Amino acid sequence: MGTLLQQIANGLIFGGLIAMVALGYTMVYGIIQLINFAHGEVFMTGAFGGLAVYSWLLPPAAQQIWYVALPAMLVGGAIVALVVALLMERFAYRPLRNAPRLAPLITALGVSVFLQEAMRIFFPGASSAVPFPNAFISAPLHIGSVTIPASGLLMLVVSVVLSIVLETYVNGSRMGRAMRATAQDPDTARLMGINPDRVIVLTFAIGAVLAGVGGVLYGTYIHNVDPYIGFQNGLFAFAAAVLGGIGSIRGAVIGAFVIGLIKNIADIWLPGGTAYDYVWIFILLIAVLVFRPQGLFGEVERVRA
Amino acid sequence: MLNRTVKAAVVVMTGALALAACGTNKTESGGGGSASCDQSKGTLTVGVIAPLTGNLSALGLGIQHSAELAVAEANEKCTVKGYKLTVDPEDDQATPQVGAQAATKLSSDSNVVGVVGTLNSSVAQTVQPILAGKKVVQISPANTNPSLTKGDNLDAPKRQFPTYFRVCTTDNYQGPDAADYLVKKAGKKKIAIIQDGKTYGKGLADAFAKRAQTDGAQIVDQEQVGEKDTDFSGVLTKVKGANPDAIYYGGEYPVAGPLSKQAAGLGLNVPVMGGDGIFDPKFIDLGGKEGDLATSVGAPTDQLDSAKDFVKAYAAKGYKDPYAAYGAFSYDAANAIIASLAATLGDGGTWSDSQRDKLLTNVGSYKGNGATGSVAFDQYGDSTNKVLTVYQVTGKEWKAVQTGPFEG
Repeated sequence: MGTLLQQIANGLIFGGLIAMVALGYTMVYGIIQLINFAHGEVFMTGAFGGLAVYSWLLPPAAQQIWYVALPAMLVGGAIVALVVALLMERFAYRPLRNAPRLAPLITALGVSVFLQEAMRIFFPGASSAVPFPNAFISAPLHIGSVTIPASGLLMLVVSVVLSIVLETYVNGSRMGRAMRATAQDPDTARLMGINPDRVIVLTFAIGAVLAGVGGVLYGTYIHNVDPYIGFQNGLFAFAAAVLGGIGSIRGAVIGAFVIGLIKNIADIWLPGGTAYDYVWIFILLIAVLVFRPQGLFGEVERVRA
Repeated sequence: MLNRTVKAAVVVMTGALALAACGTNKTESGGGGSASCDQSKGTLTVGVIAPLTGNLSALGLGIQHSAELAVAEANEKCTVKGYKLTVDPEDDQATPQVGAQAATKLSSDSNVVGVVGTLNSSVAQTVQPILAGKKVVQISPANTNPSLTKGDNLDAPKRQFPTYFRVCTTDNYQGPDAADYLVKKAGKKKIAIIQDGKTYGKGLADAFAKRAQTDGAQIVDQEQVGEKDTDFSGVLTKVKGANPDAIYYGGEYPVAGPLSKQAAGLGLNVPVMGGDGIFDPKFIDLGGKEGDLATSVGAPTDQLDSAKDFVKAYAAKGYKDPYAAYGAFSYDAANAIIASLAATLGDGGTWSDSQRDKLLTNVGSYKGNGATGSVAFDQYGDSTNKVLTVYQVTGKEWKAVQTGPFEG
């Protein structure tokens, strides 16, 4: 029983992380039908951005105080991720806005490799894993028989809060309405006075900030980062977005938690143990897609003229 | 304008000449510099295959520079008559497939006399047959998986490749050595084993498990993690449920460091022990905690009398990266190749592919005193040197706690 609760806690923490990345996938797809495979790398650059702020900008005295260091790192990580995502949108995807869908997809893969290798070559010491400072309370929390690292709990809370804020923003604000309108039909949205380019930039920006924050929190939780963390977590996040119904915000978050839980449950109770947890994640994904090709919360693909 | 450029060039050239003059003076006083060697017959190459980028680059770069040191010294001492030696370092990214490309490239160059490498046993598996196909001698400073030399059945060992040698000892001694220490000396009786499923990690973990059980310990849990995993909370929760008093990890430090830290984070405060793959300062950077243990092949380089000259020479060359865990082995491996090459060519020999058989025989019978102690190979190509050391993390550093040859 204790083990089950512990695994559920681990699964929720991992799910929280994946949700922050999955939101970027699902929003960009919702607006321009682009599967932005480089989004995992935005997450990775966010983590390195936080690390750079900690190592080079913060004075040693501030490094010790977590409520100074962590917010500074989060802001730094978010800004770096934001800049990377905006440059990516401007120079890699915007020129291909009207190209066949396959072209931006392959560009995304190229951007992904570019960012990984650029980080590996230019970030000092990033040719192998770099230790990440523990910028949060290091003592774990004990709730009954369950032990949760404080940084893990923080990741879960931040993820849930940001998801709710985002859902409210997209459903309630003026700009959110513009986003939904562009997602439904970009041409009509333009006729209604919406500037699709602005909406698209905003979408990339929101996804990047979430991923950047996620990257810094992930580093704090795992204690080290390397240029390839974006690939694996990006893959999980993509699976989460597809599982929840790509294009749906709620779906991405729920899909992420489902994947987090499945992974951790499979670690212990399903055949193959930890070596095969991926297999179970993707079996679940396939099983869902067989019966609901649009994902759990997705809408049936609209055919556009 | 032109005038100024010419002047600048003259100044630079004068400086360069002055420097060159100083250089020759120095080497001449040291007794025969490279300038005085006969290098008329051209250049021969010692290949290096190791991970020069990626997570294991700290180990790989140490291997590369140590081989470069051996070659530089050979050039200064005119060890190989008539030839200049160079090093061709190839990156295998710790990946078997990339290693195969590196091996193909090196083996197609007839000037490559031999190869120092690889670091990973899994990479060696793909590199061995390629180099063997061209009869290129390979000496590994770091492969510890026993099947590379003796085949899968250790009860009926059979030499796998006549071109493959290694200067370090193997996991069928390293695993049991660790088990003896952990069970008999440290008194741990309930041990959980985690490994990464690779040739090295799995082989080492299996050898450890077998010996630990005969030593009277109980293996309470066995787990496998992915090489690229970063979040081990699932595995560790399961391990914690089994209530071990120590964890043995078969694999390398990029996983082992974070694993140790995350275990502590989940309240599993038991020592993590591993093999030579986790014996690296990076293990501690990445989260290895006080009391964690590792075995490594050979004796600690900085405490070994035979390695004093190597350590000094390495420092004098000013390489950017430390010699790391396998530097001394790599130096010995390169020297074994160079000395055997010198013996093969003699005073007036000319290198050609037809010399490779003779070179192989010479490496097989090579006996020398290297940085790691006496260097020689048995009938399988394994090192006859079975010294192993147990290290423990004390005050953020690896400290040797037990050194000696493994016996039975």
